[in-house]
Amino acid sequence: MARQVDPERPIDDTKIFDAEQTRLGYRLNKFAMSLVKPENREAFLADEEAALAASDLTEEEKQLIRDRDWRAIMDEHGGNIYMIMKIGAVIGEGLYQIGAHQRGQTYEEFLATRNAAGAK
Amino acid sequence: MGKIIAGIGTSHVPSIGVVYDQGRTQEPDWKPLFDAYEPVKDWLKEIKPDVAIVVYNDHGGDFFFDKYPTFAVGAADVYPVGDEGWGRRPLPDFPGDTDLSWHICNELVYNEFDITVCQEMAVEHGFMVPMHLCWDHDPDWPVKVVPVAVNVIQHPLPTALRCWKLGQAIRKAVESYPKDTKVVILGTGGMSHQLNGARFGYLNSEFDEDFLDKIEKDPMALTELTHQKIMEDAGAEAVELIMWLTMRGALDGAPVRQVHRNYYAPMTTGMGLIALEEAV
Repeated sequence: MARQVDPERPIDDTKIFDAEQTRLGYRLNKFAMSLVKPENREAFLADEEAALAASDLTEEEKQLIRDRDWRAIMDEHGGNIYMIMKIGAVIGEGLYQIGAHQRGQTYEEFLATRNAAGAK
Repeated sequence: MGKIIAGIGTSHVPSIGVVYDQGRTQEPDWKPLFDAYEPVKDWLKEIKPDVAIVVYNDHGGDFFFDKYPTFAVGAADVYPVGDEGWGRRPLPDFPGDTDLSWHICNELVYNEFDITVCQEMAVEHGFMVPMHLCWDHDPDWPVKVVPVAVNVIQHPLPTALRCWKLGQAIRKAVESYPKDTKVVILGTGGMSHQLNGARFGYLNSEFDEDFLDKIEKDPMALTELTHQKIMEDAGAEAVELIMWLTMRGALDGAPVRQVHRNYYAPMTTGMGLIALEEAV
């Protein structure tokens, strides 16, 4: 049977969301998932520190959220984009802002790379 | 008897839903996407399916990684519009066909597809975007639905061949359903895209056009794609495309005719569309 994911062929600038990543990012992704409930979104917006304190996030993970450090969350801490974008949505940073940050670009720089940036 | 009459492959990009809700579908950069579905809507009004089986993945709408099923099938009278973290969308809830759902679940399990049966299931953009691209809701949806959720986000994922076989098993199940029921099956997701890392925004239109060719004419070639190959060529999140093979596997057994095809890649995702019907 062909190997579905080949560890000997890493893909540049890419994280494959596998066992290692989902275990690493579990707390961050779980916190993000909690924001599908409107009351949790309201609590986060009303008092972000209190919402972080009530979570099971480590101090390092809390700091990543305070810093809106999307690149580190995704590259180094097991973030799953579909979960992490729920945190972004609450604070007003959409998928493309998160993506620009991962690329090390400003939002405007990133948009300039697209075929039809009006479709955002 | 039940019958699969048609299949549709379509992207399910969430921004399509936002733009739809905001009434921006005719903006210059969005018009090519939305207008492409008009002939599909007209065609569906002609062939009048009773049920849409929608193969999609949940992106943290109802499922989380505490328990993330590889294959899950809805068996409910109604599927509520979920809240993915930005509020409930202004769409009507989706009516189920619970008898057909349970029939499919029984047949799948006895044919060795051990799916998770969901009697409560909120649906999200992976499911809803294809629905409102293909059907109007005035005020209610004109078809009943059977949601089929596939894990394409947390590896290990089912293989492309397994997704194809799921489609074949769904066909067999529908054809053994005693009540006259016309079914269209939607395979959703993709096409090329990557949303993580510095490779965010990666697109491969050549790969996507080739996939659209093959899903119609040579789907068996696509069942040989590994996740590795898809991710290398089309981006890490492009593995969603294996769900199109479930749609195509459900059409295996009769020649198909292409009704409509479109491709548009404005931002970070190749947005593909193909509509196939059984050429009887």
